[in-house]
Amino acid sequence: MTEPGQAANALELKDLSVAYRVGRRNRAVLRNVNLTIKAGEAYGLVGESGCGKSTVALSVVRYLPRNGSITGGSIALDGKDVMKLDAEALRRARADSVSMVYQDPGKALNPSLRIGRQLTEIFELTGVTGQAAQDKALAMLNRVRISDPASVMQRYPHQLSGGMQQRVAIAMALANDPSMLILDEPTTGLDATVEAEVLDLIGQLRRELSASILFISHNLAVVSNMCDRVGVLYAGMLVEEGSTKDVFNDPRHPYTVALLRCLPRGGQRKDQGRLDTIPGFLPGIGATIAGCAFADRCALATERCRAEPPPLYELGDGRLSRCHYHDKAQSLPRATPAEIAAAAPKQAPPVLQVEGLNKTYASHGRPLRAVKDVSVSLRPGETLGLVGESGSGKTTFARLLLGLIAPDDGGSIELEGKQLAPRLASRSEDQVKAVQIVFQNPDSALNRSHSIRHILSRALKRLGGLSGKTLDTRLEELVRSVRLTDRHLAVKPRQLSGGLKQRVAIARAFAGDPRIVVCDEPTSALDVSVQAAILNLLADLQSRQDVSYIFISHDLGVVRYLSDKIAVLYLGRIMEFGPSEAVFSGPHHPYTEALLSAVPKLDRTESLRIRLDGEIPSAANPPTGCVFHTRCPRKIGAICETQEPELTEVQPGHTIRCHIPYAELAKLQKPKTMETA
Amino acid sequence: MVFLGGQVLPGNVGRAILGPFADQRAVDALNHSLGVDRPLLVQYGSWIWNFLHGDMGTSYVFRAPVAPFVVDALGNSMKLALVAFVLVVPIGILGGVIAALNFNRPLDRIISLGGLSVTVLPEFVTGIILILIFGVWLRWLPIAAAWPKGAGFFTQLYYLILPSLPLFLVLFGYIARMARSGMIEALDSDYTRTAVLKGLPWRTVIWRHVLRNALLPTITVIATQTGYLIGGLVVIETLFRYQGIGSLIFTAARGKDFPMLEAGILTIGIVYAVATLIADFLYSVLNPRIRLGAEQ
Repeated sequence: MTEPGQAANALELKDLSVAYRVGRRNRAVLRNVNLTIKAGEAYGLVGESGCGKSTVALSVVRYLPRNGSITGGSIALDGKDVMKLDAEALRRARADSVSMVYQDPGKALNPSLRIGRQLTEIFELTGVTGQAAQDKALAMLNRVRISDPASVMQRYPHQLSGGMQQRVAIAMALANDPSMLILDEPTTGLDATVEAEVLDLIGQLRRELSASILFISHNLAVVSNMCDRVGVLYAGMLVEEGSTKDVFNDPRHPYTVALLRCLPRGGQRKDQGRLDTIPGFLPGIGATIAGCAFADRCALATERCRAEPPPLYELGDGRLSRCHYHDKAQSLPRATPAEIAAAAPKQAPPVLQVEGLNKTYASHGRPLRAVKDVSVSLRPGETLGLVGESGSGKTTFARLLLGLIAPDDGGSIELEGKQLAPRLASRSEDQVKAVQIVFQNPDSALNRSHSIRHILSRALKRLGGLSGKTLDTRLEELVRSVRLTDRHLAVKPRQLSGGLKQRVAIARAFAGDPRIVVCDEPTSALDVSVQAAILNLLADLQSRQDVSYIFISHDLGVVRYLSDKIAVLYLGRIMEFGPSEAVFSGPHHPYTEALLSAVPKLDRTESLRIRLDGEIPSAANPPTGCVFHTRCPRKIGAICETQEPELTEVQPGHTIRCHIPYAELAKLQKPKTMETA
Repeated sequence: MVFLGGQVLPGNVGRAILGPFADQRAVDALNHSLGVDRPLLVQYGSWIWNFLHGDMGTSYVFRAPVAPFVVDALGNSMKLALVAFVLVVPIGILGGVIAALNFNRPLDRIISLGGLSVTVLPEFVTGIILILIFGVWLRWLPIAAAWPKGAGFFTQLYYLILPSLPLFLVLFGYIARMARSGMIEALDSDYTRTAVLKGLPWRTVIWRHVLRNALLPTITVIATQTGYLIGGLVVIETLFRYQGIGSLIFTAARGKDFPMLEAGILTIGIVYAVATLIADFLYSVLNPRIRLGAEQ
């Protein structure tokens, strides 16, 4: 890195305060944030949603929402005060020195302009036009390692996959060779494998370019892999700062300590104890904070914490902590007791037995096999984790189980030994009750105009067949079982936070005493602390009611925590199926290996990384032979291209669809296996 | 529908044509020669069959083929619609865009509120007020739309301005509101943020990035409204005594001239359908997502 003494700081925030005007009052969102990013440095900003991370980014580029205003402090980009710039100077600063990439690249690109045009207009600002601009745009696309850049130039954004769109967005951001690059959740919403690719790309570009980076993410592991230094934001205040390694390995603020504990780490499983959670909620924006902002949620808080706002204590080595008791932050007691009475799965007959399930759609006259020949079985009280990139058939499989779509003829789904009708309409009431779902987004799953009491009573009436007194008693039980209180019953969904809404959605699914609950990404819209609470809740309900889960998630840590069995899907086929521990610790299918390798890890171990090239092929036109051979890092030869391997049992209950013999896979993956263990 | 309605209404075609004092035998003979004494389904079948072959039937009142009347009237209506259209589309869009760029400022309030208030006033109210102001008091514009025979283009235009004003007022608020909400949505979008943060000049951002995406839905609405401009003119054409398709239908309905009525209404239906088709077509041309979605 450059000598910090000479180079001007790329970004310097001094006492930055920002407020949003809501209901005729200015409500503080950022409170006196001080932050310095040196030239060439990558700085990570983490915190739960609502803590002000994005507001920092938008303030720097002076693009706050209409009701937002900077109420104090200063922002200096390359030593220039951003707030003193007039409109033209601000435009020049945006054109020359600062760029931003944000979440959801599909929306960030103009839908009605070709990619080429959106790139060339940046070069036109500097006076480069015509063919020269075209060439530069092409070079930029090459730089972000997009395949076939010439044809990408001619395409519209909707014709590109999410990963390619984000590459284009990065290319646009880097086109002006900025000194400051702001990345606001750049990989949120992308598949794990695509996320890994994009992060690799950013890492490589960092070495090639001189830009300093402000990296904003709620994903601690991603930040730990990308950044030199990290700041933790809470309620619009910086509560801890230091080098990434120090902060994540030796946190000095209870909030950081608690955040890190919420994550299922190192292959933690539900029977090894509950995840820790953070009680209470983030103070709302504009709340008056007398003492420490975190005091209400902190088990270490004393009278002093509530009365006297802690300053940012300097701890040496550039470490800062806004805690009176920073020296004992790590002794923070657990908010949730660890012990859990996880009933070991009994050797009961399977509650769900799926045999040879197929689903074929017609796509432009060609068959599209969304789910091909899937067989799984699941015992009561077990969780089956479904893993795979988007487009691998996870959701289709879940919908087949629920009877929302009918499978092709031939396969069978048995629930507790009885055949399930293919369509929901022809299933008996008991069977409908027995298979329920919890969706990713509780907002759209709950009727906005009904109170929680109405929503749950209705579910109890319809699914439980209850009425009158018994309904009321059961409602109370149900509410308590998901740890809501009577207070929550009277309100409408929008008055609840995301985590509470998800609890209501779970309560509704459990109203009819289900045997199987399909959880489709139930925690991916939630913050880590809330996610931990929901995962604990699901584990508790399971051990108490012997219910089985089909758990779909792109977060492998979460899947591993909750699952007893794992099915790895690729293009609608099961590539690997077996007990969770066997699948995760390996030897495993090369695809599973690649998926695991894509997961960013908090401890920053530079594991032998395996990256999948290119896109998942179209299910309408799957590759011949083994469908994975086009992207397989361990392809052995022609046999992979011509002959589809059988799903073979390599160990009792563990099946893998690969031509490479199990012993060989074990040898190939040996170093990896030891490291994971 | 119209066909059935015409049949169900009380009254006898022959009686209506020949008057109350005509001999019943003459009425019967006339009814027979017109074919209205045949069973309903047979009448309907032959009417549809003929219409599909370009024969719109023969007017009961004028004893002449309907087609020339309808074609003439349609031509007149289209002239009126065109004038209104040329006036309202650019001004409406401009109004909406200006309102959006001044979001929540006084100018936005004036345009939005003003547009909304004139839109909810029915045409006959605004029409009469406009006649009073421009035709009677100021005497700037002729109050009847029928221009003298052999009038040139500009004279015709001069006569058409007053009748097209009420149409303008009805559509202005509508188009301005669509354009405004489209603009506001586009201005708030992530791609506009991208464009601004690229450091593009504000004008380029608006012209290249915002307008095109903002006006897509508006264009569709406008094209659909052409149907109304041609079909919904009964009140205006009657008020201004203009020989368009609206007044043709009105007269035909009063005179129980069913072939004329039916042909007129079917023609309007066709105009609506064609306008909607054009709207969809335009939208797909302008929106790459639909255009290229179909190719894949």
